[in-house]
Amino acid sequence: MNNMVESFVELIRRGSTDLPADVEAALRAAQAREEPGSAAEDALATILENVALARANSTPICQDTGVPIFYVSHPQGVSTRKLRGQIEVAVAEATRRAYLRPNGVDSLTGRNSGNNLGVGFPTFHFEEWEENHLRVSLLLKGGGSENVGAQYKLPYTPPGAGGSTVPLRAGRDLEGVRRVVLDAVTRAQGKGCAPGILGVAIGGDRGTGYVHAKEQLFRPLDEPNPVPELARLEERLLCECNELGIGPMGFGGKTTVFGIKIGAYHRLPACYFVSIAYMCWACRRARMEVRNGEVAFP
Amino acid sequence: MATYELDIPISEDAIRALHVGDAVRLSGVMVTGRDAAHKYMIDTFIRADVVPESERSLYEELQRLLRGGVIYHCGPVVRQREDGRWEFVAAGPTTSIREEVYEPEVITHFGLRGVIGKGGMGPGTLQTCQEHGAAYFHAVGGAASLIADAVKEVVAVYKKDEFGVPEAFWVIRVEGFPVVVTMDSHGRSIHDEVEAASKESLEQLIAGG
Repeated sequence: MNNMVESFVELIRRGSTDLPADVEAALRAAQAREEPGSAAEDALATILENVALARANSTPICQDTGVPIFYVSHPQGVSTRKLRGQIEVAVAEATRRAYLRPNGVDSLTGRNSGNNLGVGFPTFHFEEWEENHLRVSLLLKGGGSENVGAQYKLPYTPPGAGGSTVPLRAGRDLEGVRRVVLDAVTRAQGKGCAPGILGVAIGGDRGTGYVHAKEQLFRPLDEPNPVPELARLEERLLCECNELGIGPMGFGGKTTVFGIKIGAYHRLPACYFVSIAYMCWACRRARMEVRNGEVAFP
Repeated sequence: MATYELDIPISEDAIRALHVGDAVRLSGVMVTGRDAAHKYMIDTFIRADVVPESERSLYEELQRLLRGGVIYHCGPVVRQREDGRWEFVAAGPTTSIREEVYEPEVITHFGLRGVIGKGGMGPGTLQTCQEHGAAYFHAVGGAASLIADAVKEVVAVYKKDEFGVPEAFWVIRVEGFPVVVTMDSHGRSIHDEVEAASKESLEQLIAGG
């Protein structure tokens, strides 16, 4: 295997400093919707100014560069052990170059490893696929947004977000999914750095549900869901989440969420999980492809 | 809604003049502190019978910096220059509510006038702001490169090796640091108001679904 460490560092640099075009365009559209002169409009203007500055200076969009999450799709015969080794070297180097904040903390001693390497850190998902090329996708998701993610087990009957007297009565169907997504967004308020993008997974188990929810965040914002009933639910929820009025940073406003992507896994008969990965506005995703030794960042 | 320029240290009068929704640009020296730093201040200084000898100089330094001062909930990305000095590369706010259990005591003990973070804080901090003349300033979450631009100098750093880079006390000199008052010294919190309104909307959406 070629040494691709420098390319992986570049993947991380792009992920941390260069917000994807579809995300930026959606934020710009959100700014145009807010009342001129409102705190919401001002926050979005600051966000967009920051995005441009980070790109120009090649500095992190957000200081919380999160757990780097790598989704690797590889052809038959590739050593995932060697790939992991190279990516780990690149993560440490990207930390040294200040593209990443050192985030790996020992859960027992509280010590920060200083280079983003540790037990189960960063996160890897490997899958062999039928293609002949290698694809490495990176998601940088900060702790604020990670903390407001939620997993519901349907049916879910308690009252909605704190203090509400109306029971959610979320059943095991898409209407139930709708109810718990609205509840999760209300609970999150601005704390996940709204406006956010939701990755939602229906089904799976408690582990695969969250992994699949995060995978949804790679889908381009302007691409409708290929499954018609999920496409309808995404569209409806996008409108309804914004009726909550939480707004950018929770200042109040018209844009609380600017993307919802829903996927579905098969589930056990007894289990109906809805896993919600809340992504902050700084949806930092990047991709690298290697074909015949040629590296590209599509 | 008005716009203010404030220099740190801030007077009580200046804080009392602020109301939720006001935009403020802060200049002067402030200190970053988040989870580990707050726990440390509580355990080592505020609730301790005696401050250990080894921690006394930091205690005196923090007393000096935080009287009329501002604490910033932030774990920055930093870079060390060749001359050994540090600079902030990315420095947006972190979620403040985690410090709710500590903040009222920290404000009272050190005589803070301001706390900067994101997401707002709870009733304990709101009440302390009212009683002691302090305000909660909301920075734009994720606007890390922009805010790092307002950090003109890293004056000092404490507890970096012990707490790690994100959790250390970074003493920074800022110019025109942009924030919005979301909890004022008159008992108002934008966060409480938005949350209450959003819960009502949720109830309607559920009932209407």
